[in-house]
Amino acid sequence: MHIEIDEISKAFGTTAALHPVSLSIPSGALVALLGPSGSGKTTLLRILGGLEFPTSGRVLFDGQDATGLTVQERRAGFVFQSYALFRHMTVFENIAYGLNARPRATRPTKAEIARRVTKLLELIQLPDIGARYPSQLSGGQRQRVALARALAIEPRMLLLDEPFGALDAKVRKELRQGLRDIHDTTGLTTVFVTHDQEEAMELADLVVVMSMGRIEQIGKPADIRARPATAFVKDFITA
Amino acid sequence: MSDATQIRFRAATEESPATRWTLIALAFAGLAILVFAPLIAVFVEALADGAVEALRSLASPDARDAIRLTLTIAAISVPLNAIFGVAAAWFITKFDFRGKAFLITLIDLPFSVSPVVAGLCIVLMFGANSALGGWLVAQGYPIVFAMPGIILATMFVTFPFVARELIPVMIEQGRAEEEAALTLGASGWRVFWTVTLPNIRWALLYGVLLCNARAMGEFGAVAVVSGKIRGETATIPTTIEMLYQEYLSVAAFSLAAVLTLLALLTLLLKTLLELRHADQLAANHRH
Ligand SMILES: Nc1ncnc2c1ncn2[C@@H]1O[C@H](COP(=O)(O)OP(=O)(O)OP(=O)(O)O)[C@@H](O)[C@H]1O
Ligand SMILES: [Mg+2]
Repeated sequence: MHIEIDEISKAFGTTAALHPVSLSIPSGALVALLGPSGSGKTTLLRILGGLEFPTSGRVLFDGQDATGLTVQERRAGFVFQSYALFRHMTVFENIAYGLNARPRATRPTKAEIARRVTKLLELIQLPDIGARYPSQLSGGQRQRVALARALAIEPRMLLLDEPFGALDAKVRKELRQGLRDIHDTTGLTTVFVTHDQEEAMELADLVVVMSMGRIEQIGKPADIRARPATAFVKDFITA
Repeated sequence: MSDATQIRFRAATEESPATRWTLIALAFAGLAILVFAPLIAVFVEALADGAVEALRSLASPDARDAIRLTLTIAAISVPLNAIFGVAAAWFITKFDFRGKAFLITLIDLPFSVSPVVAGLCIVLMFGANSALGGWLVAQGYPIVFAMPGIILATMFVTFPFVARELIPVMIEQGRAEEEAALTLGASGWRVFWTVTLPNIRWALLYGVLLCNARAMGEFGAVAVVSGKIRGETATIPTTIEMLYQEYLSVAAFSLAAVLTLLALLTLLLKTLLELRHADQLAANHRH
């Protein structure tokens, strides 16, 4: 799905988290929002997911105005920074949650739900953990379960807030490849937030560098490396 | 050589053994005089004329009416306060709005207002001499000196228990799980039942226990609004006081023993909860 961000701004009281920003994300792209802490990455991602509403501006999905759509109507697979797995449910129940939440008319049968959950557990390469609780998983496993839970709703796009933020370097590398693979097999338009420039450059098709609520540069990793548009970008990617 | 250089390390907060033992002895003496002795005295007095006499006094019409009324009051006011408490805690912790701090203070108000004053306020608002109260009496729905007044008084006094228990727990848990459920397509109502409520269930039970203990034991506010009409508006605590004033010591202490047993049961359940689900209770987050 093609995502168009049209002059979106966001203010929390008197703090401007986003100055009007515009961004066009082609269908099927893997995009990184890169920037230092407080630059507005999470805010922009949450606006896309419908968890936050912009002070001004529009969001368009495939050319249709989606600004007024509720979070449920957006059908965005969202992976939270701390994963936000339901702690009182098993991994299986976590992944099945979105399917069970569907209205009766469109809800798959129990058997069909079980089949899909099993398939997703295989996709994240953790076929045997369905009966466990989130507290019984490692950080990397939790991250993958969160991804499977988001994919279960057959989302129109995938939004990830610092998906590898809380993990050690080795696991990060593995999961990076995992996300790339999942993106390539599903073909979903994917936006992820990171403050790690190496991660952004290595993983993304398109990198959006942000600073203080503004977009500093949009480009392919190689282009940004070769021709940083501002002094800030130059500093940030060589840091 | 080793003897000469051996140094005894003592933690900075550690007292000398003599001080320590004196303090411990004082604490035990205090507990014995202030807590255990009165508790034992209640049961000794209740059983002064034997268990049969104690049971017979509990079977008297006045005692039975009082027990029935107190159970009814608790059965109505505790669930209502549980609902209000959950709603208040949910509203306070899941939304950002102006005046939040003020609202939290307001929830605590019943703890700082004397129950007698609370009772008087209800009498002023709903008594037969007030405009509203007069009208309600004319319609055949008296509030004061009747069950609705007792329920109002009980609810006012016990309002903070549930909300106060839930707010720290819900702040600690944050909103992420609820937001995740929303992005997965769940309605707000479904999120509440499948995510919010299961996450706070032990804290809620804990708050309800405390609320219930206080609802059954409340004296001051209830004494003012109920009029203490025997067989009609006299609860267990007010009946105990009346019986005691009439020198019916066995009857008074038998009822008091019932209340005490309820309190001990509450304490037991509360301790069990603390042992099993300490991580999900507010006591751990408050300090
Ligand atoms: N709910 C909120 N209320 C008030 N201010 C907020 C809120 N959320 C974000 N902000 C402010 O908006 C700005 C951008 O925040 P945002 O969370 O989008 O940054 P970020 O780029 O994701 O940073 P980080 O890398 O630290 O997560 C910050 O100045 C932040 O303090
Ligand atoms: Mg962020």
